[in-house]
Amino acid sequence: MKSFLKRAGLTALGAVTALGLGIGNSTAQETIKIGSFLAVTGGASFLGDPEKKTLEMYVDKINAEGGVLGKKLELIVYDSGGSPKKAVPFAKRLINDDKVDILLAGSTTGATMAVIPIVQKAGIPFISFGGASVIINPVKKWVFKMPHTDTLAVQKIFADMKKRGISKIGLLSGSGGFDKSCRKNVQKLAPGSGMSLLADETHGKGDTDMTAQITKIKNAAGVQAMIYCGFGASTSIVAKNAKQLGVKIPHYQTHGSASKSFIKNADGAAEGVRLPAAALVVVDALPADHPQKKVATDYKKMFETKTGTAISSFGGHAYDGLMIAVEAMKRAGTTNKAAVRDEIEKTKNYIGVDGIYNMSPKDHLGLDQASFVMVEVSGGDWKLLK
Amino acid sequence: MFAEFLQFLFSGITVGAIYALVGLGFAIIYNASHVINFAQGEFVMLGGMATVFLINLGMPMPLAIFLAIMITVLVGFALEKFAVEPARGAPIVTLIIITIGASIFLRGAAQVIWDRNFHSLPAFSGNDPILIGGASILPQSLWILGSTVVIVIALQLFFNRTMTGKAIIATSHNPLAAKLMGINTSFVLLASFGLSALLGSSAGILIAPISLTYSGVGIMLGLKGFSAAVLGGLGKPMGAIAGGLIVGISETITAGYISSAYKDAVAFIIILAVLFFMPNGLFGGRGAERV
Amino acid sequence: MNRLLKPETGGLLILGIIIAVLPLFLPNSFYFDIVILIGINAIVCVGLNLLIGYTGQISLGHAGFFALGAYASGILVGNYDWAPIAAMVTGAVLVAVLAYVLARPIMKLRGHYLAMGTLGMGIVISIMLNQEGEITGGPDGMPVAGFTVFGWEPANEWVWYWMIGGLLIIAVWLALNLVHSPVGRALRAVHGSEVAASVAGVDVQRYKVLVFVVSAVFASIAGSLFAHYSAFLTPSEAGFFHSIELVTMVVVGGMASVFGAVVGAALLTTLPQLLAVFDDYEMLVFGGILMITMIFMRRGLVPTLQSMWQRRKP
Repeated sequence: MKSFLKRAGLTALGAVTALGLGIGNSTAQETIKIGSFLAVTGGASFLGDPEKKTLEMYVDKINAEGGVLGKKLELIVYDSGGSPKKAVPFAKRLINDDKVDILLAGSTTGATMAVIPIVQKAGIPFISFGGASVIINPVKKWVFKMPHTDTLAVQKIFADMKKRGISKIGLLSGSGGFDKSCRKNVQKLAPGSGMSLLADETHGKGDTDMTAQITKIKNAAGVQAMIYCGFGASTSIVAKNAKQLGVKIPHYQTHGSASKSFIKNADGAAEGVRLPAAALVVVDALPADHPQKKVATDYKKMFETKTGTAISSFGGHAYDGLMIAVEAMKRAGTTNKAAVRDEIEKTKNYIGVDGIYNMSPKDHLGLDQASFVMVEVSGGDWKLLK
Repeated sequence: MFAEFLQFLFSGITVGAIYALVGLGFAIIYNASHVINFAQGEFVMLGGMATVFLINLGMPMPLAIFLAIMITVLVGFALEKFAVEPARGAPIVTLIIITIGASIFLRGAAQVIWDRNFHSLPAFSGNDPILIGGASILPQSLWILGSTVVIVIALQLFFNRTMTGKAIIATSHNPLAAKLMGINTSFVLLASFGLSALLGSSAGILIAPISLTYSGVGIMLGLKGFSAAVLGGLGKPMGAIAGGLIVGISETITAGYISSAYKDAVAFIIILAVLFFMPNGLFGGRGAERV
Repeated sequence: MNRLLKPETGGLLILGIIIAVLPLFLPNSFYFDIVILIGINAIVCVGLNLLIGYTGQISLGHAGFFALGAYASGILVGNYDWAPIAAMVTGAVLVAVLAYVLARPIMKLRGHYLAMGTLGMGIVISIMLNQEGEITGGPDGMPVAGFTVFGWEPANEWVWYWMIGGLLIIAVWLALNLVHSPVGRALRAVHGSEVAASVAGVDVQRYKVLVFVVSAVFASIAGSLFAHYSAFLTPSEAGFFHSIELVTMVVVGGMASVFGAVVGAALLTTLPQLLAVFDDYEMLVFGGILMITMIFMRRGLVPTLQSMWQRRKP
């Protein structure tokens, strides 16, 4: 019995190997290949999961409507788990083995930055879903970005704080690339906006208890508001800890928290938290003549019907990225990487769900404060602040 | 000043109790089989995740909790039967790899059967903090502490007053002699895995309302629970409890007063320090080795 | 003729032939990438196997040494403009010193306490690398400059391939020599029974420390090469997972078998890539394969296959 099991086990191993090699090398008919590595699992899963689902559903939709330039789109997605270390080999695999035509990838700043040298060397257009300004500042030839930057977020937060007469703040940030960039921006922009930073705490990756840090912020003499720079699961934990410690001062977060998962996992503790977000998250509250109203409403309907979960700005980044890429390919009339890159750079007045994009050789993001709104969590949902 | 210290203490005891429960699970399995079960952390994960999804299916919470624990216990049995028993007598390193393989397998299964996102459980009795001496403690923390105390007392009674409990202790001292005395050692092995699964899943359910749960929550908790067990002296259940509390409190005190950056390192630095001076753990006593 | 058929020389020859011929079968640079990574992992595993397989000690923190070598190269070359070879050697020396200092107290521990001690060491190293972001770039990692030797730099993956292939042969040869020397016999005596070995006159503690340091240096050098080759480092190189991966390579390939270590490295480096196509089921399948392999081939692949082969003979 044991030796039979042994042989069966070995055969199974062999079969898996053959299968893996076989599938990996299947040649497809002529398709346009879109490569993606996303944080589908791990601490940033509420970024990567909706991004993956959005890409999948819209690739299917576009293919059903005839594809692009007469060819079908083929999407190849790998799960980076939010780890830059995993993102790098996947990027190499997508470029060299899967031979994709374009990369729509990088849920996190960390994964994006790790991959940029490879992308620049290989000469392939890369639209990133990462948040920090460092991705496109300084501008890199092949790299574009969809989400608003942390710089825009911090500016928006400070503007709202000024309206409420706040001038003394405490800051908590995590260890991710976005967190660190956001923190630097707070430190840099504070003096110019009349803000003084009284407490500056950090927490580690994957921490599940920030009460020590928040206690210190709470006890900083004269502190009037708290900002949290982070994304993913830790945003909810910070909200919960703040409520547990009886923090009464205004609590701001960034668009790294712009997902219903943040509210849900905070179990009621997110009430009253304010953050800047793309107009998408409050699409129902937008006036009927708002330029983004139609696109955003359509996306919301499609996503929520197909997945049964609420939209977030993260899925929106993926949608905008895909559409801009497809439009660029159509304008270029080819999938030639250099031509497509040029066309992406020429994107003007593209009305997306997350904003209205106007790119240029100096600006590979194309968004400004106009498409960024301030929202507050109220009754378990987003409320648009005027 | 004192209020702040009290705050850190409360957080530390809360998380320490969780480490204690996980460490206890390690200790019990090690006692019965001399195997370090690296899948212990996954029991924690299964408890929390199963409860979340059972509740989503519409079950009332107490029932969901009960079922989740039962499911995890069954998984514990399966682990022992299909992964550990066939490998009796294999070198220690092989056994370690097997349990690590099991933990990866369970994590993968959780991702497939449920999902990869973070989930929260509603707190057992609300979220309004209770103020004691200027520091706030969540009702959930009181649940955690209370449950841990109840579990520890129950275990003591179990081990000292019931036949099965005594059989488990006998097997841990000398499996051969226990067998000769008519104790069914394979049953003891099965029971100890089931017991650890019960402890682990309870810990997972207790902590989920505070720090969320997801398919990967077991990794760090497993490692810290392991540290707690080693700190207390492998195989000494009370040692594991003490170890867990020590690790938990040291972590929050370090985060509060020294550096929040090195919080995670504290558990392991303590272990290294203790092991260098007391190679058998705090309560391990001097080990005698057969030549 | 008998000399050639001795497993060691034969094995080395076969390894050399495989390395020489393999490039013909690699369709594109992605495959080269994998094979080069196999080589780097194999160098670490050959060293680790001396510790785990021959001396019978567990180390769950060896990735720490790998990462220290890697970051030494990354930081010294990137921030301080050192020459890569100098950085690599410095890294190896620092790691050797650290390993020596840690080995003395750690090697006094036994069994699971030893596992915990090494585990703790590895995790503390990875946390330090994570936290000292100013120097190391923190959790999101740091880029690493290329590998230049007096102005010459490996132009493409072919050159890297030959470099790593050559180094692997040297590492295997060194390990084989060690194993078949009096030192090797002393190590196996220690594995068999430390008490008996010391009664027979073997300085047990000294040999344990020696092997620990040697395996750490192997890891450090491999780490430095990895840093330059992949041009990007993250603190997870020092993490618990990576340490477990390395131990798994040694154990699955075959403990107390130098070639087993190479086979194990090859298998476990390719497996995640093969399994990536299973997408959602990847972890499930990986964990399952680990369990099945270890339950049915408890001494590892190569020794089990070897004894199956030997049992065929009448």
